Amino acid sequence: MLLTHEHNELRRTVTRWVEDEINPHIDEWEAAGIFPAHEVFKSLGDRGLLGVHKPEKFGGMGLDFSFAAVMAEALAAIKAGGVPMAIGAQTDMCTPALAQHGSDALREEFLRPAIAGEYVGCIGVSEPGGGSDVAALKTTARKDGDDYVINGTKLWITNGTQADFCCLLANTGDGPIHQNKSLIIVPMKTKGVEVTKKITKIGMNSSDTAQIFFDDVRVPQRNRIGEENKGFIYQMQQFQYERLWCALNAAAVFQRAIDITVDYTKERKAFGRSLSDNQWIGFKLAEMQTEVEALNALNWKGVEMVVAGQDATKVATMAKLMAGKLSRTLPDGCLQFWGGMGYSDESEISRLYRDARLTAIGGGADEVMLQILTKYMGIFGSNH
Amino acid sequence: MKVLVPVKRVIDYNVKVRVKSDGSGVDLANVKMSMNPFDEIAVEEAIRLKEAGKADEVIVVSIGVKQAQETLRTALAMGADRAILVIAADDVHQDIEPLAVAKILKAVVEAEGPGLVIAGKQAIDNDMNATGQMLSALLGWSQGTFASELDVDGDTAVITREVDGGLQTIKIKMPAIVTADLRLNEPRYASLPNIMKAKKKPLDEKTAADFGVDVTPRLEIVKTTEPAARSAGIKVGSVDELVAKLKEVGAV
Repeated sequence: MLLTHEHNELRRTVTRWVEDEINPHIDEWEAAGIFPAHEVFKSLGDRGLLGVHKPEKFGGMGLDFSFAAVMAEALAAIKAGGVPMAIGAQTDMCTPALAQHGSDALREEFLRPAIAGEYVGCIGVSEPGGGSDVAALKTTARKDGDDYVINGTKLWITNGTQADFCCLLANTGDGPIHQNKSLIIVPMKTKGVEVTKKITKIGMNSSDTAQIFFDDVRVPQRNRIGEENKGFIYQMQQFQYERLWCALNAAAVFQRAIDITVDYTKERKAFGRSLSDNQWIGFKLAEMQTEVEALNALNWKGVEMVVAGQDATKVATMAKLMAGKLSRTLPDGCLQFWGGMGYSDESEISRLYRDARLTAIGGGADEVMLQILTKYMGIFGSNH
Repeated sequence: MKVLVPVKRVIDYNVKVRVKSDGSGVDLANVKMSMNPFDEIAVEEAIRLKEAGKADEVIVVSIGVKQAQETLRTALAMGADRAILVIAADDVHQDIEPLAVAKILKAVVEAEGPGLVIAGKQAIDNDMNATGQMLSALLGWSQGTFASELDVDGDTAVITREVDGGLQTIKIKMPAIVTADLRLNEPRYASLPNIMKAKKKPLDEKTAADFGVDVTPRLEIVKTTEPAARSAGIKVGSVDELVAKLKEVGAV
């Protein structure tokens, strides 16, 4: 895909924004285990960066997904994975279904402020009993008059402690597991929503992750996105954006890992020469660069399909799988060349190594990607 | 008052420059190009004048290859109102020398009638630091170079200049040419809506021939070489040893 001058300008604007507004604070936010989401999102919203591919009618830019893809890549300049993940959760995880299938009133109430950066959103899919196994979710939304009454628990919720609304996937019927769920927008200040303390993790420290309890939470049925019991399908469509976003961002993070490692190995002297003068190191870095290039090819094939209005689920799944696999080898391979420095908190590579690991788990684990792909290949186990 | 801002497309400041193998210059093929950073500061200053109600229109002009229209679009996204592209070369490696640029700018000034020209003090590619001064001479206008502060007030402008050893404040008569130094301001970066709006702003295309200016180079580049690689340092064990070494090399 040939990128335009405007794509390049978007990349430049996001990069400058990261350098001016984010990176100077990132160490502080990492230490605090949270970043000021409302402040950061407002700053993005003011620059038109939260609604890149959202309808203009609700304050978005109405551009195609290739611009959102460029932004996902450019956010990798942030020197911690938590903040870009939180931004991605807002733009490409908890709002695509709302933008695509939500009623005008619902979009006016939640999408417009999410694009403006006034509202922080989160996506409520995973539960203690299952995350990647979306069909097994236990949370229920029972009809009562004009309302839904919601009961259940959601886990691993990015932005969870700061969010104004949750795009919640809940069971609304008794039918087959793929036809009994709905996506419902739940304002987080509703009575009965209880957010437990932040979950500590091995990485992504600047992003708050919550467990959320829903205890007889009453929201109007008009907060449902689209048709009742179509939630699973909507979520699968929404996952296409989430997975591509993850893969695009991961590829750019891997590129940063390679770039900083090239710089470090040129600088660092051992046994009378630069580390980079060792053929082994050069070969490993060249191999990793090839892997990133291959991932990018897959990513942008997916982007092109989305832009062309085609179903990119298969390619997005492959891209996410490949990003996940690389997240377990590439940052590790880079870190190795940093030696003791790589194991210390003082190096950029150690945080990147910890943060990247989530790529193989979040947004559907690698094994779930494989399961989806076996269905495309017609070799999925017969007991399902 | 109209403000005219010349902008140059140069190799991006982040790119590690490579000298062409024949030594004729720097390799610019497939290299990231951007607006000269000093010109970005000039554009920002012009936009601020407009925002302060001291200017009505900001016109940006670039002289060079056709691709310089991207540089102009960047300026339009920042907030300039319209752009003029003067195509003066086909080959990205052909630099248009300051005198030819100043002559074309003089013609543009005569056609557009700005009350002020704000230029970058120099371009980061060849560091000539000459165009603004030459334009001032050709037009017979006042000049305020290396401005770190600019205050336009009717017929005069007060300019703070960064000179060796301190700051100098001068008052000059308008119309004037001002060249921007690094600390004049911090240029903004465009919001996404402004990036998209810039696509629709007017961009006029001209050629050097339209202004009757001969852009044939007057300078001959004899040789271009990479800077010498930094030689290895040494470790010293104590302050005394450090002082001794510094004396040895004549540094103190």
